[in-house]
Amino acid sequence: MIKIESKNVNLFYGDFQALKDVTMAVEENTVAALIGPSGCGKSTYLRLFNRMNDLINNIKIEGEVLVDGQDIYNKGINVDELRIKVGMVFQKPNPFPKSIYENVAYGLRVNGVNDKSFIEEKVITSLKHAALWKEVKDKLHKSAFELSGGQQQRLCIARALAISPSVVLMDEPASALDPISTAKIEELIHELKKEYTIVIVTHNMQQAARVSDYTAFFYLGELIEYGKTANIFTNPTNIHTQNYVTGRFG
Amino acid sequence: MKPKSFFNKLLEKIAEGILAISGSITTLAVLLIVIFLFKEGVGLFNQSSVDENSIIAVNKQNPINKLKPSDVKKIFDQELTNWKQLGGNDEEIVVVRFTDISTYYSDEKLGANLEHLPACFSNLTDSLKGAIVYMPAKYALKDFKGKKIHVDKVSLLDFFAGREWFPTAEPSAQLGILPLILGTLWVSLGAILLSLPLGIAVAIYMAEIASPRFRSFIKPIIELLSGIPSVVFGFFGLIVIVPMIQKTFGLPVGETGLAGSIILAIMALPTIITISEDALRTTPRAMKEASLALGATRWQTIYRIVIPYSISGLTAAAILGIGRAVGETMAVLMVTGNAAIMPKTLLEPVRTIPATIAAELGESSQGGLHYKALFTLGCILFIITLAINLTVEYISTKRMNNK
Repeated sequence: MIKIESKNVNLFYGDFQALKDVTMAVEENTVAALIGPSGCGKSTYLRLFNRMNDLINNIKIEGEVLVDGQDIYNKGINVDELRIKVGMVFQKPNPFPKSIYENVAYGLRVNGVNDKSFIEEKVITSLKHAALWKEVKDKLHKSAFELSGGQQQRLCIARALAISPSVVLMDEPASALDPISTAKIEELIHELKKEYTIVIVTHNMQQAARVSDYTAFFYLGELIEYGKTANIFTNPTNIHTQNYVTGRFG
Repeated sequence: MKPKSFFNKLLEKIAEGILAISGSITTLAVLLIVIFLFKEGVGLFNQSSVDENSIIAVNKQNPINKLKPSDVKKIFDQELTNWKQLGGNDEEIVVVRFTDISTYYSDEKLGANLEHLPACFSNLTDSLKGAIVYMPAKYALKDFKGKKIHVDKVSLLDFFAGREWFPTAEPSAQLGILPLILGTLWVSLGAILLSLPLGIAVAIYMAEIASPRFRSFIKPIIELLSGIPSVVFGFFGLIVIVPMIQKTFGLPVGETGLAGSIILAIMALPTIITISEDALRTTPRAMKEASLALGATRWQTIYRIVIPYSISGLTAAAILGIGRAVGETMAVLMVTGNAAIMPKTLLEPVRTIPATIAAELGESSQGGLHYKALFTLGCILFIITLAINLTVEYISTKRMNNK
């Protein structure tokens, strides 16, 4: 079943067209990787699905962006509710200046959950889900800044999972991390796939090959090629894709 | 490439020398000013509150040898009428000021050129058992039959806890600065209570909500506010705010602490807004995005993430705002009414420390008691503002270390 898709999306920053007629769909409970050289529009594309681009001034979006078959740019859509359904993990770990516990509880609290025992249960399961529980269970009320970069990023994942999204967008989640932390995040993505639909932007070709089921190659704002990851990496049909995945440019 | 000539090197050395000299001169000037301020200010506590050129004398048989400045004032104001009240004999107090001498002695007896004046003072003090005489020291000759009274030096306690500021009182100046300190605090506190909520609200609006176009329109206006001379603010206060307060509260005079607070609040606004806005803007975009991505509304993001993140900067803004209010002189002087009385409400005239210095320094004689008391007030003001600046420094270094 298709979870999220875009139909003929054009996106303009002022006069600059950042996305050109992008049509693509992601199946439920799969991992889609977005690859491409810097400035190709892959992060912009990712941010369409939780309307994070709304924060930018002077932006114009054409076409349809659907989550669960619903156009999320329709007037009646509540953006806050959309963002509960579509969670996001950012490029750099960005925990709040609060305790580990409060970081994970934040999403619940801002969405009106007051039940203490429910929050506690959610915090624990989310931390377990993000494979961080064992490392932080004794210091839940310490500042999140005391964690290492890799731990902070898994905390951010736990934070995103706590509000039970069905889609998780990841914007180069491992680019600021060391190889061991990166491996942990990748393992995590494998696990999370069972319950969530994941779209991940990455610069790292091997990572895309390792974690994703489908891969989309973006170039200069256009979706050049989209298909099963194995096909994209071993048998690309487009010359640009071939050059990129074989490391000839990018 | 050409090798640098000797001349070039010399020029460089000279430039360096000039920079070094100007740096040292500035430092030295600042230090000298501070030293001068404290030298003059601390001298106050070495002085008697009675003018150096005058003495206070009583009858020889009077057991009292020394008096407190406040008692001297009470005696001469005739609030104390019997020596018993001061622990002396049961004797009515007879106050004799220099000019009173003519009611006891005719012009003939005083002599055409007042040559008998010393003798008259001497005899009068001797004959009136309850007398207390305030007279120029030069008329107390060796054979003076009265007893000089020692008036205590100005004490720290009297200075800081004294409730009366009457530096021109004769014979003993009253130098209690409590009403001035309280006046300053009340006016500043009132100002900060008015300007802090408004200032932070504007800062939040400008940093988080306003469109860039509106922001670029409103920002120069706020900065313009800080460029208006304080005397203009004072004038505005006197013409607009003072009558408004008088009407609104039905007061006999509109020149009140509240008027000062309102003017200071307006004057402190640019400081508070600029610093708060800078602090709010340091919140990383990533952190705000993370909050929004979790379904938080813009307002939830502001009060749960942006404000806690920049709280130390907001504190600094508040403290600097207070600093601006504490030190402001001219505008306050013009609108607060300047009555040196203990303030009970903000709807009474009050007098602040800087206003006191500005208003009175001109009429005090250099090196005199009053003059030194004003310098001591200057020292206090300096210490308050120094403390404020150090606190801000401390908060901002702490903030740097936390991030």
